[in-house]
Amino acid sequence: MSSVSSTPTGRAITPGRSVGPPSGPPSGASFDTLEAGPPRSSDLRGRRRPGELIARGLLAGAAMLSVVITAGIVIALLVPALTFFEQVPILDFLTGTRWTPRFADASYGVLPLITATAWTALVALAVAVPCGLGSAIYLSEYAPERLRRILKPILELLAGVPTVVFGYFALLWFTPFLQDLGLEVGPFSLLSAGMVMGVMIIPTIASVSEDAMSAVPNALRQGSAALGANRMQTSLRVVFPAAFSGVVAAVVLGISRAVGETMIVTIAGGQMVQMVSNPLQQGATMTTFIANAALGDSRVGSLEYNTLFVVGLLLFLLTLIVNLIAIELVRRFRQEY
Amino acid sequence: MSLYTPAASGADARRAVLSTSGRSKEQTPQSVLFIVLLWLSLLIGFVTLAVLLVDTFADGLSRLDGRLFTGYPSSRAEEAGARPAILGSLWVVGTTAVLAVPLGVAAAVHLEEFADRKRWWNRLVEINISNLSAVPAIIYGMLALGALALIGVQQKNIVIGGAIALAMLILPVIIISTREAVRAVPRELRDGSLAIGATPLQTTWRITLPAALPGIATGTILGLSRALGEAAPLLLLGGLVFLRFDPNGMLSQFTTMPIQIFSWTAQPQAEFHTLAAGASMLLMALVLLMNGAAIYIRNRYQKRW
Amino acid sequence: MPEPMPQVRDAIEIELEHHQQATRDVPDRPERAVLEVDNVNVYYGDYLAVRNVSVDFGHNEITALIGPSGCGKSTILRSLNRMNDLIVGARVEGPIRYWGQDMYAPGIDPIEVRRRIGMVFQKPNPFPKSIYDNIAYGPRVTGMSVASMDDHVEQALTKAALWDEVKDKLKQSAYGLSGGQQQRLCIARTIAVQPDVILMDEPCASLDPIATLRIEELMAELRDQYTIIIVTHNMQQAARVADRTAFFTAAIDPDTGERHGELVEYDKTTKIFESPADSRTEGYISGRFG
Ligand SMILES: Nc1ncnc2c1ncn2[C@@H]1O[C@H](COP(=O)(O)OP(=O)(O)O)[C@@H](O)[C@H]1O
Ligand SMILES: [Mg+2]
Repeated sequence: MSSVSSTPTGRAITPGRSVGPPSGPPSGASFDTLEAGPPRSSDLRGRRRPGELIARGLLAGAAMLSVVITAGIVIALLVPALTFFEQVPILDFLTGTRWTPRFADASYGVLPLITATAWTALVALAVAVPCGLGSAIYLSEYAPERLRRILKPILELLAGVPTVVFGYFALLWFTPFLQDLGLEVGPFSLLSAGMVMGVMIIPTIASVSEDAMSAVPNALRQGSAALGANRMQTSLRVVFPAAFSGVVAAVVLGISRAVGETMIVTIAGGQMVQMVSNPLQQGATMTTFIANAALGDSRVGSLEYNTLFVVGLLLFLLTLIVNLIAIELVRRFRQEY
Repeated sequence: MSLYTPAASGADARRAVLSTSGRSKEQTPQSVLFIVLLWLSLLIGFVTLAVLLVDTFADGLSRLDGRLFTGYPSSRAEEAGARPAILGSLWVVGTTAVLAVPLGVAAAVHLEEFADRKRWWNRLVEINISNLSAVPAIIYGMLALGALALIGVQQKNIVIGGAIALAMLILPVIIISTREAVRAVPRELRDGSLAIGATPLQTTWRITLPAALPGIATGTILGLSRALGEAAPLLLLGGLVFLRFDPNGMLSQFTTMPIQIFSWTAQPQAEFHTLAAGASMLLMALVLLMNGAAIYIRNRYQKRW
Repeated sequence: MPEPMPQVRDAIEIELEHHQQATRDVPDRPERAVLEVDNVNVYYGDYLAVRNVSVDFGHNEITALIGPSGCGKSTILRSLNRMNDLIVGARVEGPIRYWGQDMYAPGIDPIEVRRRIGMVFQKPNPFPKSIYDNIAYGPRVTGMSVASMDDHVEQALTKAALWDEVKDKLKQSAYGLSGGQQQRLCIARTIAVQPDVILMDEPCASLDPIATLRIEELMAELRDQYTIIIVTHNMQQAARVADRTAFFTAAIDPDTGERHGELVEYDKTTKIFESPADSRTEGYISGRFG
């Protein structure tokens, strides 16, 4: 046992049969050979475990892959976008009101796409934020446990409906329904697409903000009740503010889903590219344009092909900015319980 | 209204807190209006879901027939079917699972069990994943397009390309839910394993992951059902094609059910809309079944240690 | 349980009589030290939780660590098989030698340490697996070559005095067992990798008196083959089972105002309980706190 350092001096260990570790049988001893009680071997030095190292490297690699994906997105979007901006001034792109990449006198003003996106997102949020928060307050503050256990999964099923099916529903049921109500909408409208999109987003907002409200400690509710507040006052003035950072996160998640949603607007919102000033109109959003351009057969590397990626980049940056704002807001409003 | 009797109805403590505060002040006009509004907000979601299901069912029932499963796309609605799309969906989602599940679980295990939070790159990965989960689906189509171009693949409409896009799309879902599941496994189990000389990796593989399996399964199924219903990124990869043959491999051309529905919905003739509704029912049955299974697994196997 | 002092004294005296009848003679000092703790300090971050601990744990002996809550018994115990490595910020200063080899020296593999020095925890923590797989887990992961796993499992369960109770339901989940059975399963699980030393951190704290008795009997049977170091808050238990007892307490540093755990006295159990050298030990034993 060369590895064993000598017994330190000054320590009173009466030597028994032997001082050092008995050199025991090799590992795999049965219980019977163990009677004398020596260890298998007392050498504690590290075994080489190359498998362990490799596996942990692979795990770390998988985690790093997410960074590679982000880098990939940035590169995939940025490279065509830069080529694009060599030919189209960035200011013309951002402030132009005519988007006609396929015309002979092509014009690349992105505002029409942005107005359509903004309107659908606004309509969607007008539906989803009140309904989502209302559902969350009901589930967190009012519903008895048993009812909650039924309602929540149903809400989650709503989140599971494929977006094409929502698109189908918006175009073929909801738009005619709006027309029956006497609204002046054509077969395609941003209003119809936006409202159905809003319903689609309700579960997202409800579930994230409900988690935040459920996390508010009961002591706060008790304190409020002790001051004579009723349940509505407690929900609105105590629970809601205390859960505010979670609510913000929920709404922001809703915004980025609304801005990025493709199929509903492509199916029901219309394809016509125009400056949208009211949601009864139809219009092509950024995502509608990307989806349609992808269906076309533009030559790889052509200016027209690159517009796809420029709009994609804009979309990516928009959702990124929204997300970063959310992170900052959550940080600023976070309540410490 | 007898809504405010939580103590009697066995509501949890959170609600019971307020039960002692008397009932009269719960019945002011504002509070009654408030709760009616809360109900309404829940109702909007539920009613829409119900109408959507009923409407699709009523529209599509007549075409939820054998031909939907056996037929190929056709310009004549009565002959058309979704066979290539169904098979394509299976191929693409299957391949997506093969790509995304191991990667997502591995990343989650690294972050939860091995990563040193003090290292900046691990923090970068965490922030990055939360950002990725907010990236619009269609962007992943562009990324896959770029990736295929980079490795010089001419044909963009291949199963593996679509699977790459969808795998990247659902990776954050799988990572986030796996992390939660792994975090919920009590420390004592890991300690018990380590204390008898198992390595950290053995402990993760044989103790922590099996214990976290219900949570991982839930997240994975939810992610895959999202992939099954997603169309946008695949449109960019040329998924909207009329296939007159069965997709039969990872390098095969493909279309999928959501794209088929999109394409039929966009036709002007009502017969195609019926077809779209029939295919929607099929797709929804699959997706809702997966969601239901996920919710069931979560509720059934969720251990309270 | 704040029992009046005289009764406690009586109870302990009775336990000590049992102890002396049941056990062999204990030499004044351990003949062979398995573990030598040599002037060790343990930190959590900047906080010095336990300081200046020196103690030799004798081979094939049962040693009890007693003392008031928070004095660092668990901390020292976890240091003995490097379980403290798993706590972020925990740091052990000073050598702890296993058969003369410093287990905190560079190049030492904590996994090898834990294969020889097993640990049983306060709360039974069986794996969510079958009873059989709970036992077979250790031999499998440590790569022991056992002739027959079935026999090995049976022997481990027999040694842990559990075999008769579970032999008909080996394939059933370990969670179906009672708390006391689960704890003996955890002991069997530890035995199955044939460690040299078994550390137990208040193994009976969550068990009823009868289950506690079973575990104590088990420890007495295991003493001939294993070295056992047990943390307990139950002094009767220490008096019943331990050959030697180490008494810890926490003292406030007059300069910094921080509380640090320290070893007060370490001796044969009979000596600690009958004629402690230190007045703090005496005070703790007679009043159950120091
Ligand atoms: N993981 C930890 N992190 C920080 N401090 C700890 C940790 N564990 C224990 N301590 C502190 O170390 C001291 C000793 O704790 P412990 O060893 O658990 O005492 P005992 O087991 O004797 O009750 C206590 O002051 C405790 O607060
Ligand atoms: Mg303790």
